[in-house]
Amino acid sequence: MDDTLIGRGLRRTTLPRFLLWLVPWAALLALGVYAVYLCFAVGLNQTNMDNRFAFGLWIYLDLTVIALGAGAFFTGFLLYILKKKELKAVINSAVVIGFICYSGAVGILMVDVGQPLRAWFTFWHPNVHSMLTEVTFCLTLYLSVLAIEYAPLVLKNRRVKEVPGALVLEHQLHKVMVVFAGIGTLLSFFHQGSLGGLYGVLRGNPFAFRTHIGIWPTTFFLFILSAAAVGPSFVLLTTWLVGKVSKKRLVSPEVFQTLAKISGSLLLVYVVLKGIDSLIWINTASAKTGVQVSSFYAHPPFGTWVLFAEVVLLGLVPAALLLSRRVRARTGLLVLAATMACAGVVLNRYVMTIQTLALPSLPFDSFLSYSPSWQETAAFLAVLGYGVLLYSISFRWLNLFPEERELATKG
Amino acid sequence: MHTTKHSSTLPAHRYTLVVDLDRCTGCGACGTACAVENNIPPANEKATERTGTVWMRVLEAPASSAAGGPTTFVPIPCQQCDNPPCVDVCPQRAIEYDPRTGIVGQIPVRCLGCRYCMVACPYHTRSFNWWSPEWPAGMESTLNPDVSVRTRGVVEKCNFCVQRLQAARAKASAAGQKEIDPADYVPACVEACPSRALYFGDAADEKSEVAVLSKDGESFRLLAALGTGPKVFYRSSDPVVRERLSRTGVTRG
Repeated sequence: MDDTLIGRGLRRTTLPRFLLWLVPWAALLALGVYAVYLCFAVGLNQTNMDNRFAFGLWIYLDLTVIALGAGAFFTGFLLYILKKKELKAVINSAVVIGFICYSGAVGILMVDVGQPLRAWFTFWHPNVHSMLTEVTFCLTLYLSVLAIEYAPLVLKNRRVKEVPGALVLEHQLHKVMVVFAGIGTLLSFFHQGSLGGLYGVLRGNPFAFRTHIGIWPTTFFLFILSAAAVGPSFVLLTTWLVGKVSKKRLVSPEVFQTLAKISGSLLLVYVVLKGIDSLIWINTASAKTGVQVSSFYAHPPFGTWVLFAEVVLLGLVPAALLLSRRVRARTGLLVLAATMACAGVVLNRYVMTIQTLALPSLPFDSFLSYSPSWQETAAFLAVLGYGVLLYSISFRWLNLFPEERELATKG
Repeated sequence: MHTTKHSSTLPAHRYTLVVDLDRCTGCGACGTACAVENNIPPANEKATERTGTVWMRVLEAPASSAAGGPTTFVPIPCQQCDNPPCVDVCPQRAIEYDPRTGIVGQIPVRCLGCRYCMVACPYHTRSFNWWSPEWPAGMESTLNPDVSVRTRGVVEKCNFCVQRLQAARAKASAAGQKEIDPADYVPACVEACPSRALYFGDAADEKSEVAVLSKDGESFRLLAALGTGPKVFYRSSDPVVRERLSRTGVTRG
C-alpha cells in the first residue's frame, strides 16, 4: 500500500523507519492536544497569561509562523504572477509549509481566545476599525486558498489520481491557480500588514504606536515587507533541511541562488525602511507623548542591543550576505544567512509582542515579566509536531519537489 | 483602518469621577462595594493580583519625595476615555462608547475573549475571567438582579454602574421628567467611600462639583499626553504627587 502511494521514480525510506521518525513528533502533538484539552475544559487559567500580560507565547507564535509561512504566498506571487519559472521547483513545498503555518496559527488562536465558539461573531458583527477583524477575515480566507492550492498536490498522488475525475479536477484547479495565487497574494499582503497594524495602532502605547501613512501605521507596511523578505529564506532553509534529513538533492543550486537574491534584496529594502521608521519614531514619540524613548530600553534584557540586533546583526548583515555572489556559491554560508534573516524577523515579532506588554505604562508601574506555563509551551510545540508530521507525510507521498526525480537520475 | 474620534463630538452628559488623592486612605471599600454591586465573584483560590477580577484597583504610588513622605493610594477604575483606545480594536464590537453619556461599556455576551482591548488600554483597568464565576453556597442570593453574571473567558470592566443610571432614568420617566435627579445616579464606589475621596457627577453641567473640581489647578489626568481623554480626574494639593502621577512614562524600573 505504502509503495503504491510513493511517486514513481522517487526513493523513500522504508515504512518502519518512516513510522519511527514520526513517533517523537506524534508524541509532541499528543502532549499539545492534551494541553489544549485542559485549556478548553478548565480554562485559560492553565496559562501564565494574566490581566497585564494578556498576550503571550501563542500570539508570538502566530505572528512568527505567519511571517515565516509567507514563503507560500510570495513564491506563488513570483511564480504565477511575475513568471519566475525556476521557483516551480519549490512552490509545492512552499504551499505545504504555508498551509502548516497558517493552519497552526488559526488552531492556536482558537485556543487562545476565551470564547472560541463566538469566533463567528467577527464575521457577523465585524468592527471594521479593528485590525483584528482584518486579520481574522484574511487569515480565514487565505487558509482556504492554501487548502485549494494544496489540493492539486494530493490529487496528483499515484493512487488518488486513479479515482475517476481526480485528474480532471487537478487539471482544472491548475488552470485557475494563477487566480488563486493572485487572491492569495492580496489576502496575504493584508493580513501580514494588519498583524503589524495590530500593534502600530495602539494609541495608548508609545512603544508600539507608529506614524500612520494614510489609514495604516508604518508597521503595517514593515510587516508585509519583512514577511515577503524572509518567506523565500525560510523556503530555502526548509528545502535545505529536508534535503539533509532525507539525504537527497531536491532542487538545483540555481533555485537557492534565486531565493537568496530575492530574499536579500527585499531584506535590504526592509532594513532601510525599518531604520528610517525607527529614527522617525525615536524623534517623534517623545515629543508627542512626553516619553523618553531611552526609557523603553532601560529594562534588561531589553536594551538597545535589541534594536541593533534587529536592524543590523539580523537585518543588514544577512541582507549583505544573501546579496553576495561569493556567499551564494557556498551552501553553508547561504544557509547561515537565511537563518539569520529568519531570526531577525522572529526577534522583531518577539519585540512587538513581548516588549510591548512588558514595558510599564503608568508612572508608578513596574516592568513586567512573564514565562509561559507548560500547557502553553506544549501547545506551542504541538504546532511544530503537527508541522513536521504533515510535511513528512506530504514529502513521502506527494511530489513536493518536481526536480527531485531528474536530479536523482543525474546522480 | 482608521481610528474613531469620539472626542470630536463630546456627549451631552459627561459623567465624570474625581478622585481626591489627599483623602484616599487605600481602605479598598470602593473595590468591595463595586464587587458587590456588579456581581464580581470572590477570587478563585489560585487567583493572583494579576489574574483576579477587579473593576476598581487601588494602587500604591511611590512616596511623594525622595526623602520619603506619605504613600499615595490611587484608585483606578476604567478611565471612561472620550477617545478610548479600546473601542476601535475590538473585532466584534463588544465595546461601545455611549455618545449620550460618554460611558464606555463592555458587552460580555458579545466578547470573544481575545484580550486585544486589554493590550490596548494603557490604564490596565480590565479583567479577563480566567475562571468560571463561583459563589459560596447561599451567596448567590446576594447577587444584584440588575447586573448580568459574566461567564469564563470574557473581558469585563467598570462602567460607572450604568445600571444605576438606567434605574435613575426609569424613575425620572415614571415621574414624567426628562432628566434624572443627579442624586439618583451615584456609582457604588462613590457611595461607599468612607473618606469622601470620590466625587461623581455630570461635568457637562458647568456648575456641578465635578466640573469645578476637574478644572482647578490641583486636578490632573493619568497619561493625559496620550490623548485618550479620560473622564476620571485625580487631584492632590501636593505638587510633587501631581507632577509624578501626571507624567507619561515610568519613574522607576
